[in-house]
Amino acid sequence: MKQILTVANKEFHDGLRNRWLVSITLIFALLSIGLTYFGAAASGAVGVTSLSTTVASLASLAVFLIPLIALLLSYDSFVGEQESGTLLLLLTYPLSKSQLLLGKFIGQGGIIALATILGFGASAILLYVQLGDASILSAFGLFIFSAILLGLSFTAISYLISLSVSEKSKAAGFALITWFLFALAFDLALLALLVGVEEGITQQGLTQLMMLNPADIFRLVNLTGLDNSEVNGALAVAINAGLSQTQLISALVVWVVLPLTLAIFIFKRKKL
Amino acid sequence: MNTPLVSLVETSKTYGKLAALSSMTMSLNEGEVLGLFGHNGAGKTTMMKLILGVISPSSGNVEVMGMAPDSKEAWHCRTKVGYLPENVSFYEQLTGLEVLTYFTKLKGFSSGKAKKKAIDLLEQVGITYAMRRQVKTYSKGMRQRLGLAQAFIGEPKLLLLDEPTVGLDPIATRDFYKTVDQLKSNGSSIILCSHVLPGVEQHIDRAMILSSGKLLAMGSLGELRQQAALPVIIKPLFSKKEGLDAVVAQDSKLKSFLTNSCNNTLMVPEHEKLSVLKQLLNLNELDDIHVESANLEQVYQHFLFLHDKKNEQQVGKGEQS
Repeated sequence: MKQILTVANKEFHDGLRNRWLVSITLIFALLSIGLTYFGAAASGAVGVTSLSTTVASLASLAVFLIPLIALLLSYDSFVGEQESGTLLLLLTYPLSKSQLLLGKFIGQGGIIALATILGFGASAILLYVQLGDASILSAFGLFIFSAILLGLSFTAISYLISLSVSEKSKAAGFALITWFLFALAFDLALLALLVGVEEGITQQGLTQLMMLNPADIFRLVNLTGLDNSEVNGALAVAINAGLSQTQLISALVVWVVLPLTLAIFIFKRKKL
Repeated sequence: MNTPLVSLVETSKTYGKLAALSSMTMSLNEGEVLGLFGHNGAGKTTMMKLILGVISPSSGNVEVMGMAPDSKEAWHCRTKVGYLPENVSFYEQLTGLEVLTYFTKLKGFSSGKAKKKAIDLLEQVGITYAMRRQVKTYSKGMRQRLGLAQAFIGEPKLLLLDEPTVGLDPIATRDFYKTVDQLKSNGSSIILCSHVLPGVEQHIDRAMILSSGKLLAMGSLGELRQQAALPVIIKPLFSKKEGLDAVVAQDSKLKSFLTNSCNNTLMVPEHEKLSVLKQLLNLNELDDIHVESANLEQVYQHFLFLHDKKNEQQVGKGEQS
C-alpha cells in the first residue's frame, strides 16, 4: 500500500507541476459558468435558466472534453517511462506491476477528479446562490460523480493504449482514434442503424448497445433525470426504454474496473 | 565453502528464435567484483535482467541470495539489490533531489528518512550543488552520477552496473572506482558491465567475456592471459645506432622473437620472458628496457577474434556440405 501511495503522490505532483490540474479546472469552470449564464442566449435571454437545460448542455460538452483530457493526461504514462528507461528500473525495485499501475491510476485519477469537482462545483455553487434550490446540488452531485467516473474510465483506457504500443507517438495516435470512436463515431453509427435499417433494432437493443460506450452511459445518466422535452434524437429513444440510475452508474463503474483489470493483465505479460 | 550470492546454471533466454543467452553457467561470491564484457547484443543486459528478476529464464536456473529472483519470495531481497541501467533518463521536470527521494522511498525508506538519505547519496556522487535544479538542465555526466546515486540506495549487497563510467570525466571515473572498492570492502558484490576497458582492470576480481549469448572465457585477468597465451612485448633501447636488429641478429633465439610489424620490438611468450630479459640485461649496450604484458583489452580482442574465426570456419563447412 505504501508503494502505491508513493507512486500516486509522485504522479499527482507531476499533474500539479505540469499545470494539468490548473488548466483542466479552469476549462471546466469557465465552460460551466459560461453555460450556466448564457445557456439560454439562443432563445434571447441572458441569465440563469432552468436546471435541466444547464445540466443537459454541460453533459453534452463534458462528454467530448473529459475523455479527451483523460487520454491526453495518461496516454504516455507507461510508454513514456519505457522510452526513458525508468520503467525497467522501477520494476527492479520492490514494487509490483499492479502497484505501479494502481499508483499511477490513483495519482492521475486524482488530478481529474479534483479538477472536475473544483471546475463544475464552481458553477453548482453559483447556481445554488442564484436560485437557492437544493435540487441543484443533488443534480450537480450526480453530474460531477458520473463525470469523474467517465474520466477514470478513459484514464484506464489510455493505460491500455500506453501498455500496448512501444512508441509514444503511436500511443498519441491511438489515443486520438479512441477518442474519435467513442465520442463521435459510435453515436453516428447508432443513429445510422436506427434511421437506416427499418425495424433493425428495438429500443431495448439500442440501450444495450449504448452500454458499450462509457460516453453514452454518461449521457444517459445525466439526461434520464431531466425533462424529456429537452432531449431528442437517439438518446430520447433510449431514455424511454428506461434503465435505472443505479444500473447506469454500475455500468460506468464496470467501464472503470474492466479496462483497469485488463491493463494490469497486459502489463503483467508485457516483455521488457 | 559458502554459497555464492548469484549463480546461473545452464541458463538460457530466447526471444522467439533469437537466443539472447544460451546455457550460461556462472557464479558470483560475496565481496567479489565481476567484469562483464562483450559487444552490443552479446547478452550482457539480458543476463543482468535475469539476475534482477525482471525477466524469467527460458530454461535453466537463476539464483540470487538463495532464491529465484523472479519469484514472490525474493521480493524483500530487492531492497538489497542496486541497478544502474544502460540508458536511463530520469524525470526531466523533477529536480535531482526529488528524483532520488522518490526512488529512496520506493526502496522502502520512510518519507522522513528518504530525503536525508537522498541528500547523503547526492553528496557521495558529488552533485549536491545541483540537487535543486531540474534534471533537464543536467549534463550527461551529472545524469550518470544521479543514476549511480540511485543504484547505491540502501547499501546494496549486490550491485549491477551497466556502463557505469559512460559520460564521466576522469576525476568522476576515479571517484566511481573508489566507491566500487569501498563497497567491495564492505562485502558487496558487484557486476560491472562495460565495453570501456582501460582503467577497469585493477578493480575487478574476475572477468567474463560474452559474445552472441555465449560465454567465451571467464577467470581472473592472470588466468585469462594464460589461456590466451599472448606474448609479452619487450622493447629494449640500445646506445648503438644500429639498434635492436643488429644486436639480436647475432643470437638465433632472440632473432625468432623479432616482429616485422613493429621496429625494435620482441614478442616473447610468457614462459620465455625471464630468460630473454636476463639475456638482454647482460648486453652492455642496453640503455633502457620496456616490458608490457597483454592487457585486458588485448585479451578481450584475442577471445573475440578466436570466436569469430571459429564461426567463419563453421559457416565455411556449412557451405561446402
